[in-house]
Amino acid sequence: MTDTIDPITLAVLAGRMEQIADEMDATLFRAAFNPIIAEAHDASHGLYHAVSGDTLVQGKSGLPIFVGVMSFAVKAVIDKAAENGDLEDGDIYIFNDAHLGGTHLSDMRLVRPYFHDGKLFCYLASVGHWHDVGGAVPGNYNPAATDAFQEAFVLPPVRLAKAGAIQTDIIDILMRNTRLPQSAQGDLNGQLGALDLGVKRLDELLAEYGADTVRAALDALGNRAEVLMRSELTDLPDGRWEAEDFLDNDGITDEPLKIKVALEIKGDTMTLDFAGTADRCAGPVNIALPTAVATAYVAIKHIFPSLPANAGVMRPIDVKIPEGSLLSAPFPAPVGGYTETILRMIDVIFAAASQAAPDRVVANAYGTINALSISGKRANGQPWVMFSFYGGGHGGSIETDGLNHGNAPISTATIPPMEILEAAYPVMFKQWALRPDSAGAGMHRGGMGATYEIEVLEEAATAFLFGERGRFAPKGAAGGGDAAMNVFAYEQDDGWQNPPMASKMVGIKLKRGQSVRLDTPGGGGYGAAADRAASDVARDVAGGLLTPDYATLTYGDAWKEVKQ
Amino acid sequence: MTSSNRMIGVDVGGTFTDIFVLDEATGTAQVAKVPTSRPDQSGGFLSGISARVDDLSTVSVVVHGTTAGTNALLERKGAKIGVITTMGLRDVLEMRRRDRPRTWGLRGNFAPVVDRALRLEVPERTLADGTIRTPVDLDAVRAAAQTLIERDCLAVAILFANSYANAENERLAVEAVREIWPNAHVSASSEILPEIREFERFSTTALNAYLQPEVSGYLARLETALKEGGFAGEFMIVQSNGGVMDVDTAAKLPVRTALSGPAAGVIAAGYIAQAAGYPDVITGDMGGTSFDVSLIAKGQSMLSPQTSIDFGMVVRSPMIEITTIGAGGGSIAWVDKGGLLNIGPESAGSTPGPVAYGQGNTRPTVTDANVVLGRIDPDNPIGGKLDRLDVDAAKAAILEHVGKPLNLDALQAAEAILRVANSRMAGALRLVSIERGFDPKRFAFMPFGGGGALHSGAMMDEVGLARSIVPRYPGVTSAMGCVIADMRQDFVQTINAALTGIDLTALTKFMQTHVDSGLATLDAARTHFDGRDTEFTLDMAYLGQTHTVSVPLPVTVTDGKVTPPTEDDITTAFDSAYRATYGRLLENGTRRVINLRTAITGRRPRFDLATLAPQGGSVEAAFKGTREVHFAGAWHETKLYHRLELPVGAEIPGPAILEQPDTTVLIEPGLVGKVDAYGNTLIERATT
Repeated sequence: MTDTIDPITLAVLAGRMEQIADEMDATLFRAAFNPIIAEAHDASHGLYHAVSGDTLVQGKSGLPIFVGVMSFAVKAVIDKAAENGDLEDGDIYIFNDAHLGGTHLSDMRLVRPYFHDGKLFCYLASVGHWHDVGGAVPGNYNPAATDAFQEAFVLPPVRLAKAGAIQTDIIDILMRNTRLPQSAQGDLNGQLGALDLGVKRLDELLAEYGADTVRAALDALGNRAEVLMRSELTDLPDGRWEAEDFLDNDGITDEPLKIKVALEIKGDTMTLDFAGTADRCAGPVNIALPTAVATAYVAIKHIFPSLPANAGVMRPIDVKIPEGSLLSAPFPAPVGGYTETILRMIDVIFAAASQAAPDRVVANAYGTINALSISGKRANGQPWVMFSFYGGGHGGSIETDGLNHGNAPISTATIPPMEILEAAYPVMFKQWALRPDSAGAGMHRGGMGATYEIEVLEEAATAFLFGERGRFAPKGAAGGGDAAMNVFAYEQDDGWQNPPMASKMVGIKLKRGQSVRLDTPGGGGYGAAADRAASDVARDVAGGLLTPDYATLTYGDAWKEVKQ
Repeated sequence: MTSSNRMIGVDVGGTFTDIFVLDEATGTAQVAKVPTSRPDQSGGFLSGISARVDDLSTVSVVVHGTTAGTNALLERKGAKIGVITTMGLRDVLEMRRRDRPRTWGLRGNFAPVVDRALRLEVPERTLADGTIRTPVDLDAVRAAAQTLIERDCLAVAILFANSYANAENERLAVEAVREIWPNAHVSASSEILPEIREFERFSTTALNAYLQPEVSGYLARLETALKEGGFAGEFMIVQSNGGVMDVDTAAKLPVRTALSGPAAGVIAAGYIAQAAGYPDVITGDMGGTSFDVSLIAKGQSMLSPQTSIDFGMVVRSPMIEITTIGAGGGSIAWVDKGGLLNIGPESAGSTPGPVAYGQGNTRPTVTDANVVLGRIDPDNPIGGKLDRLDVDAAKAAILEHVGKPLNLDALQAAEAILRVANSRMAGALRLVSIERGFDPKRFAFMPFGGGGALHSGAMMDEVGLARSIVPRYPGVTSAMGCVIADMRQDFVQTINAALTGIDLTALTKFMQTHVDSGLATLDAARTHFDGRDTEFTLDMAYLGQTHTVSVPLPVTVTDGKVTPPTEDDITTAFDSAYRATYGRLLENGTRRVINLRTAITGRRPRFDLATLAPQGGSVEAAFKGTREVHFAGAWHETKLYHRLELPVGAEIPGPAILEQPDTTVLIEPGLVGKVDAYGNTLIERATT
């Protein structure tokens, strides 16, 4: 069935199939109740291979990390269906088990086989971040979790629909295990709607072009992705480069955890070997194997942004994850803080790759999601929880300085406006500002990190922070300098304090009028500081992004001669 | 007739300035197209008008769609301005909403339109509930203003936290600045956009200040020149919301012109489509670098609450919703290393333009494919800048860059380019309808701009549409929209309160203030209105939800007085809007009112589109010869017609090409083109 396909039909079908996934994204974004999906687009849809589960096509609007991880979710369902031995048209599997499907338990995955003329043709899948799926803390971000059960309700792949009939028992179980059943129901309906639309669009496409042609196009697109990747690798020199970096700690024991990679390029192939990475830990900075492999994909796609979202890209790349390491933690290890670990994986891949091809790779971004929660009760007894992620600087590149205050490389989510937060919660931001001197120095400096200082306006509140980069700075590239580290401080009766574990802490008690302050890292610098134009240094000093002393220390005196 | 009864629409685009002149007395219309003058667009504007009108005293209204504001933003050519802001918040403009320019690659950065050194902080603070925690330090404000004066700033924006909830501190600061700095360009964020979300409010206000000196100067030059030419009528400007405003308002709120020209085009399209009996249309404006798509349902265009002019440059004010994809006539076709044919995003634009223009570009474009296949007349290029098109060069480029890598001959490769481009354009049509919950098949396609009508058959085919409607003057649709557009003003006020127990007196007072201000503007206008409409909508949501639903309020205004709504009215309206959006209500949910939005419209007199219809004429007289045109793998002898000479009721079976000075209409084999009572060409499938 490997018909050769004419190049015109191939180009048309490539766009048509990509659009099916885009339309599935649009359907869920429009229908979802929950702002994490509707506004932050923490969701993804695509078409996957009938046998391998490999990604064939994925929507453009979803979150970057899902581009790599979805095929594992589909593979988990393929395995489960084989075990059940009764896969049929109209079945829909649902699960959130992160050890099978990657990322974390908040991500609910729906996988639906697509049949054509009675034969399995491919899979359609939908993933979306639900607002709450049970567990010890609302919203499921529990920095003190030592197993998955403290993080959320765990659902293995089960049949939500059998031959087109929804199993309402499953929905009853789901809705009884969330604090926000209405939100969950809305998201579930949206995901089912997206899958229905995908089926309808595939029916139309196959009726128009025939199954053999579409299958041939899918094969050709996989081969094309592979050819593109091999061609990119061929352009890079052969060699082996290593990089290592550290997580501050796992939130339970205060010991650094090493993440190490050896990147080897040989002809048109690449190996990413994470041997030497720390062993599995007690706290929630472990990740499951699917997440680790998917992360390699995210890093590669950032280095080669024009590559398609197709599993063929990974064929020439061998990702080696050592058994027993925190990058392949088995169930029920806690994985809720997976964001921190995969950001560090991306950092070391960038650091290794920039030795191979300094012009292709940017310096490290700020490298932490900084999940900060402040909660309490209002005078009328009503509970409130303000939970958000905070931004930092991006790395400098060969082209420009890094972006000031950007979002994490694994996400595209925006931050809520300060005024929305102040209107919803009894807090006031005393500072929402760029953080001077936080960027790594360089010919092109990193982007600036941020300073957020938040005062509590009600009688009492409790805070927790799940961050990183409190002890190890984001690195520069091509001779550029490191950025400033993450600094968290909180006010007590006897003055400002810092958490004993630098970037992670639970149970911080705050009184009315006391504040917390988060100084986030900037991005690493690119190229030697000595090569930075004096006028650029002078501009940053004039604007106050560089203090005069720090400017002189880092870049010398030349900026003082520049006339503004 | 020499009385002032002519209306003129002028749309200044990147390449051409289009003029549409309607004589209300005789019911005749004239069009003109002249090159846009740079850098000062007023030259082209005036020469365009004088190409059709000798005596400006015969003109009652001039309405202008302008890209002056958009260009100043894109090219960063606004004024040097300063910002005075709340202590701790000077970087809001630079920090944005923590987004990034592109999903993949982590490259690129952003500098706001105001340097950090010119963003000055003062002690002051208002809380979210409107309580003033720290009164504004007016000495600090005056000192900041003095600094900005000394640094040669031409405008200043005052950006204080939570000023939507209580504007007092901003108001005092504006007064203090004006005391020491007599300058028309001092504005506070609560005057420009009293709506929650500090980045969006600050950005809109700062970009407005950035444009004020430039745009108000441009408009004043135009107005002076018009008056010197004897013009004594009303000069108005099209806003991004598709309505017009008087020139004084435009000089104060130039940020509202960001999508002025394209919005006018969509307004005209909606009017034409409705008159023609097809109120559901998707418009497609094909330019040199992009294909702009907009959806009109039941004659109504969609409004989006904000847009980004460029990364980080957010303007929040209602705008006609236009989706852009990078597939224009100048988009470059190329084959990637994996053997896949791609169109764009790189574009040859209009300079150097397609290979066939012979101006230095050697990489094939979508227009080159149309030229090679005979669909564009090489001897009479549109626009009149060039004498003829170089077909051989276009063919050679297509063969070299697309044919050889894919093993196709030049004609096959040209067809391939069109198929891929058409497929992408059709994708945009499908997506805009899906995103709004419509089935795309119920819509007609309305191409405008110079190139769109070459692709209408393909859009019908790819999306499954029943017909295309080609307006009589597709190349000047935006200029025509200027003449049609109503006068419209949008107001917003953040309320942010639970519906139960809401302060209805305060809400009604805001509504009344909006109505008073809107009606006063209509009263001051020298134009005649057929009627006045007031629409109130509330942005509402359940507690805990950040996504809001737009809830139309059934409130009557009698003799300028607003009848206060009741809680029950609002509840009923919310439930109905919420159910329409999400299918079901939330049991026990707390309903909240986030924003009040008011639109005041003065309906301008409609002209009868039938006045544009051809008078007399015959198919025989319109026939101008034949040309070989390539369709579906073969050359077909194709009849050519002067489009404007075809009579009402003419039916032209495909393959045929209808030509007019700025547009080529392609009727493919199997389709038929019919001239309707308004001079539009309806393209439908031939019944056999």
